[in-house]
Amino acid sequence: MIRIESRPEWRRREHRREQLFQLVGAAIVLFALTTLTVLLVKIFLDGYTRLSPEFLSNFPSRRPDEAGIKAALVGSFYLLLLTAALAIPIGVGAAIYLEEFAKRNWFTRLVEINITNLAGVPSIIYGLLGLQVFVRTLSMDRSLLAGACTMALLALPVIITAAREGLRTVPNSLRYGSLALGATQWQTVRYTVLPVALPAILTGIILSLSRVVGETAPLLVIGAVVYISKLPDGLCSPFTVLPVQIYDWTTRPQKAFQENAAAGIIVLLMLLLAMNAAAIYLRNRYQKRLAL
Amino acid sequence: MAYARAVVRVGVEKRNRWRVRLEERIVRTLLFLCALVGIVTTFAIVLILATESVGFFEQVSLVEFLTGTVWTPTFANPSFGVLPLVTGTFLTTAIAMAVSGPVGLLTAIYLSEYASPRVRRVVKPTLEVLAGIPTVVYGYFALTFLTPLLQRFIPALEGFNALSAGLVMGIMILPTVASLSEDALYAVPNSLRYASLALGATRFQTVWGVVVPAAMSGISASFLLGISRAVGETMIVAIAAGQQPTFTFNPLRAIETMTAFIVRITMGDIPHGTVEYRTIFAVGLLLFVITLALNLASEAIRQRYKGARL
Repeated sequence: MIRIESRPEWRRREHRREQLFQLVGAAIVLFALTTLTVLLVKIFLDGYTRLSPEFLSNFPSRRPDEAGIKAALVGSFYLLLLTAALAIPIGVGAAIYLEEFAKRNWFTRLVEINITNLAGVPSIIYGLLGLQVFVRTLSMDRSLLAGACTMALLALPVIITAAREGLRTVPNSLRYGSLALGATQWQTVRYTVLPVALPAILTGIILSLSRVVGETAPLLVIGAVVYISKLPDGLCSPFTVLPVQIYDWTTRPQKAFQENAAAGIIVLLMLLLAMNAAAIYLRNRYQKRLAL
Repeated sequence: MAYARAVVRVGVEKRNRWRVRLEERIVRTLLFLCALVGIVTTFAIVLILATESVGFFEQVSLVEFLTGTVWTPTFANPSFGVLPLVTGTFLTTAIAMAVSGPVGLLTAIYLSEYASPRVRRVVKPTLEVLAGIPTVVYGYFALTFLTPLLQRFIPALEGFNALSAGLVMGIMILPTVASLSEDALYAVPNSLRYASLALGATRFQTVWGVVVPAAMSGISASFLLGISRAVGETMIVAIAAGQQPTFTFNPLRAIETMTAFIVRITMGDIPHGTVEYRTIFAVGLLLFVITLALNLASEAIRQRYKGARL
């Protein structure tokens, strides 16, 4: 309810309220900033002493000062590549179908509702799906491939949404131009729409894949192993990834292992930072191109 | 450039039109199959959760599962009352929402109604970074920073507890609640603000008496989505809240959430086909149903307010 008030003391009160809210706003801004700073500083202080070339090139060990993240880092890298190889074609394909080919009917709506809902399913449920379908039924065992398939399903809704947004940035005039020249729908998509939309699609994809790099829960469920003394040498070999290694070290009682966890987190955050920087670089380049 | 290439290609393809048509059909079918993967995934999730749960409920009664207050599925004399996991999840979710609800809403109001562009340029990226931090990192932070810090003020706080896991989870969810609420506030037409201000209302009165009520459905949708995130969040609670299914509402104690239970069981080697193995799917089904209901409710509210004309 709004009351219109004009008595001086009321007006003063309103003024005070206004100032109070400004203060609350400032406090909240500070809260967010402080939290982030404290988090980053705490992790850096815990972990920086452990950062060394050996930390990157050693395998996990029972002795914390000899343990390293080589297996985890390489595992994360392979998992990312494999997940991308699986999820990008399917995700972009689905996005092209929904944006460029599909008629607006009940089926398309069903697919869309589905994708929205899949994006909201907790990641650990994808772990259960991967455990039952890939690890057991398709007997991929606790392999890199099973992990990548699970992560691909997890990343798919986000990739589809990102790719659709990328396709939507292409103006219709380009499509009409191509179609008017006699190109078929697929030719239009392949030679006109996709090249123009590619940077935007890529930006979205990199951002969704950076979530895959930080994801832990589904990989714990399908059984990423922590102690690995050799690098994965094929699709079927057991693997571990950086977040799983961090989880393992964090849950140990010894302080030295927790320092390892902090050092692992620093590496993980650097990796994410690099991916996001790549995405921002692409976005900026692409914005310049649109301005032409 | 794109134009020129299209022209050239079309000229070549025209000579063998049947081949172009065939290619068109094949590609269309392939793309259709890609779009189908989403639906297949949903069916697969429902199917595996349902079939394994059916096996579970053949051995454990549904009533015992939903009303029992002791959860010891791995003991020699097992008991399958899921309520301790539900209260654990409820507890961490409630604490998380107690942080991210008010703070998220105030952040949204401040950003959309008060903040200068300069402040926005600082706050929005900060929130984006907070949203991008992996949850395992938040878990580490809760366990090694917040819990020891809180223990100085609350000596009764256990090493693993619902409180610090919930608080950190609140920070994790904050960006979701804040950005969705801000979208809702942003969608309120300026004419309403002008009308209120023209009637002599102050900015404070305009915000709380006009803008927030008008955006209420969008704000509640963002809260529901936040709750759903909190219920499904795994790593923070698995690391910092403990792995002891305790039927309690005391935030200072170690508890176990549904998600943390699934992690604990799958980390150990429980043989396939046993009741213990099936419990994770029964708990998973419960988790899936809860989050799906919350997501659908959130989506329904959002769709309604999108359609509403002010």
